[in-house]
Amino acid sequence: MSRANWEVVIGLETHAQLNTASKIFSGASTAFGAEPNVQASPVDLALPGVLPVMNRAAVERAIRFGLAIGATVAPRSVFARKNYFYPDLPKGYQISQFELPVVQGGTLTIRVGEGEKAYEKVVRLTRAHLEEDAGKSLHEDFHGMSGIDLNRAGTPLLEIVSEPDMSSSAEAVAYARALHALVRWVDICDGNMQEGSFRCDANVSVRRPGEPLGTRREIKNLNSFRFLQQAIDYEIQWQIEQIEDGHKIQQATVLFDPDTGETRMMRSKEDAHDYRYFPDPDLPPLVIAAEWMDEVRRAMPELPGALAARLQNDYGLSAYDAAGLTASRETARYFTDALAIAGAAQAKPLANWIMGELAARLNREERDLADSPVSPAQLAGLVARIADNTISNSIAKKVFDALWNGEGADADAIIEAQGLKQVTDASAIEPIIDEVLAANPKSVEEYRAGKEKAFNALVGQVMKASKGKASPAQVNELLKKKLGG
Amino acid sequence: MNAPETVKSLAAKLAAGEASAVELAQDYLAKIRAANPAINAYVETNEDATLAEARAADALRAEGRAGPLTGVPLAHKDIFCQTGWHARCGSKMLESFAAPYDAGLIERSRAAGLVTLGRTNMDEFAMGSTNESSFYGAVRNPWNTGHVPGGSSGGSAAAIAAGLAPAASGTDTGGSIRQPAAFCGISGIKPTYGIVSRWGMIAYASSLDQGGPMARTAEDCALLLNTFAGFDERDSTSLQRPAEDYTRALAQPLAGLRIGLPKEFFGDGMADDVRAAVDAALATFRSLGAVTVDVSLPRAGMSVPAYYVIAPAEASSNLSRYDGVRYGYRAPEYGNLDDMYVKTRAQGFGAEVKRRILIGAYVLSHGYYDAYYLQAQKVRRLIAQDYEAAFAQCDLIMGPTTPNTAYRIGQNDEDPMAMYLGDIYTTSVNLAGLPGMSIPAGFGAGGLPVGLQIVGRWFDEARMLGAAHQFQQTTDWHLRIPG
Repeated sequence: MSRANWEVVIGLETHAQLNTASKIFSGASTAFGAEPNVQASPVDLALPGVLPVMNRAAVERAIRFGLAIGATVAPRSVFARKNYFYPDLPKGYQISQFELPVVQGGTLTIRVGEGEKAYEKVVRLTRAHLEEDAGKSLHEDFHGMSGIDLNRAGTPLLEIVSEPDMSSSAEAVAYARALHALVRWVDICDGNMQEGSFRCDANVSVRRPGEPLGTRREIKNLNSFRFLQQAIDYEIQWQIEQIEDGHKIQQATVLFDPDTGETRMMRSKEDAHDYRYFPDPDLPPLVIAAEWMDEVRRAMPELPGALAARLQNDYGLSAYDAAGLTASRETARYFTDALAIAGAAQAKPLANWIMGELAARLNREERDLADSPVSPAQLAGLVARIADNTISNSIAKKVFDALWNGEGADADAIIEAQGLKQVTDASAIEPIIDEVLAANPKSVEEYRAGKEKAFNALVGQVMKASKGKASPAQVNELLKKKLGG
Repeated sequence: MNAPETVKSLAAKLAAGEASAVELAQDYLAKIRAANPAINAYVETNEDATLAEARAADALRAEGRAGPLTGVPLAHKDIFCQTGWHARCGSKMLESFAAPYDAGLIERSRAAGLVTLGRTNMDEFAMGSTNESSFYGAVRNPWNTGHVPGGSSGGSAAAIAAGLAPAASGTDTGGSIRQPAAFCGISGIKPTYGIVSRWGMIAYASSLDQGGPMARTAEDCALLLNTFAGFDERDSTSLQRPAEDYTRALAQPLAGLRIGLPKEFFGDGMADDVRAAVDAALATFRSLGAVTVDVSLPRAGMSVPAYYVIAPAEASSNLSRYDGVRYGYRAPEYGNLDDMYVKTRAQGFGAEVKRRILIGAYVLSHGYYDAYYLQAQKVRRLIAQDYEAAFAQCDLIMGPTTPNTAYRIGQNDEDPMAMYLGDIYTTSVNLAGLPGMSIPAGFGAGGLPVGLQIVGRWFDEARMLGAAHQFQQTTDWHLRIPG
């Protein structure tokens, strides 16, 4: 059994919780983590006689998303009722959009893989529609009963549906990551996956090349990129095994169990609900005037794709660097803020620092860029001192550490206070060289016998003796002169 | 025999200091105590609450802050949420329910200083044309207690006819204000859809439901509509329009008024006694200077089938919230979750409600949606177009409100279709979103009242009320009281 003979087809449905202050059809707060049922108004509780009123801020976020993916924002879309019974669905129906969604079409460009094997792919989006979230059923802590928390009921969601354009779990994850970055970039969703603000359903099928599409199974509610990857990989393997064993795949909805790493059946197609969709008579069609669209368009930030292209064109950055710097709006802002101070010539060093030392350090200490101890201005100041040869790259790492630990207001203050200025004065370096040569006659002998390695060892000794402050280039030059002489 | 009190006459007494709001309230409460048990028009009274409202109204008057209707008592249909009262909507399902908020209509009623006499009986969830589907017992027609008062606002109509309230609120989804008004010999108007807020009005069929006033006279209806109508941002189907005075055309003479008579409303199926009364009423209008013209509503015949697809479809969804989870009735014993739903809804809803939920779920289900729901919506648009075409030839449309006078109690028990067909003249008006009213037009066999229906263009309530008022200046059907 081999995956090489199989094609994988994946489409994603993503629920992004919109970061509005109040719910999609009521004035109740959407803040996370409150005591159960304190953020449920009569509308959220579906008391008799209450009515929904559309939250304009939720629509505005849908428009922003539509503009960000180059989609058609429907001038007229329709809310529909999706009818089913469940204790955490207070009205017995969910208000959603069915036949006429607010966002139609659009594309998202993803980068898959790393290094030389990295490639770009354009994923088509089918649609994105506005809907309300349900509440939560709590099955723990209640013996023989279930608790219902309706704080989440009525929270605005944008359900984003892709075409089945992904052909591996890596592509699916790259798509999910790109979408996650984009919804945060255009500030419509906080992207908090632990709190369920961004969750994916994956439709997966397999086929032999040239065959028609296989039957799909839908994996529900994946709330981390790792689970998304694991669940899809497991599902692909499972489906291939089933078919190779002579079984047919039945359309089904499945759940991923992170503990076992397996998917298991939730319901088959036969159990599928008839949701009896029909237009919600309580809500007139959602009309988005051209003026409103223009207003939202004017307030849009530069999008990551456009910024990445500009970084390559204007600053000569590689596609890899540009993609890395535009992976999130925070990173891009950090970079552009630092660049504004350091100047265009420092684009590449800044990119290296941000994606290298800074990213590694943040990652190690599990901090976000937003609360980085080193500010863009501080990093710009540091890079400037490298550029003008005040410090070497290795000293710069020391200065960075000092900035991180709050040992000085900026790079200059730290260099000054700790005496880290690079020594470029030959008269100061020569005595050190003389000492090192005198102390290492064996290395000198080996070098003269033709061993290049011995030279590097001597350079290292000089740098060490200068406490790293000597200019490495100058040490090289002076040492060669002395050994040659 | 003295003329019965009206909103207008009571407002005049209050303004003249001839009576206080408390005295009026006490007077009506005494009548209710005495006469309600026989007709069951009220399902809830709360004398303390009523008298508190009356005292507040008197206090306002004493402070010189009284409006034109401050202190006038009225009854509210048990479908409007109202703090301090139950809102049971005629159902066992909501027996324990009391809303923590006021409906838009109730807010406006309170703001005008109107005093709540009590809550009136109705068909369960406003589904019915006889008031027999109420969990709280059938209402009796004051003109003949062996007959129904009509429905679903039967309690409101019977209370007014019996002199237990000068006026009441009602709601009309397919005729639920006009038909009981006709059966009980009073006046009632269903305004243009979107004029009166649906906030806090328990939904039956959202795209058709509309609240409105019921009273003895057209003039009272106009006064109350001034109170009830107005934009409400909590109802997305509420229309934002400049405030208007619905009494402004009351004094307007009828000379030159063109009254359209749809031939479809005068065909077979109308009882002879109804026809005779309606013909006489139309002769009166002509004598007042109006002219009658023949018009046609070719698709009107499809209104009952279209209505009985659309209304149950919306109802099946609107009533899903009554699931036993958060409030209202829950079956005392059940197994698993599904069993709880099944038993709760089987026990909590009555037969007519269940019938309509089943019809509604069926017409919305996969494979049937296009054939029923979508088709009915197309018919709905065609019916509205028929009315538009007819209104090119006339100012108002008139005809019988119902094909018969009030049914005997139990008459339709075995044949719901017969009851549905009784809505033949009223449902098209809701489907088109038009304003419609019913006014007393005489009496038929057995001394049961006959109603004349008046339909206007969208937002033409003032003209309808004016024509009705002029008619009532020369007739006294609306002032007759059951012997």
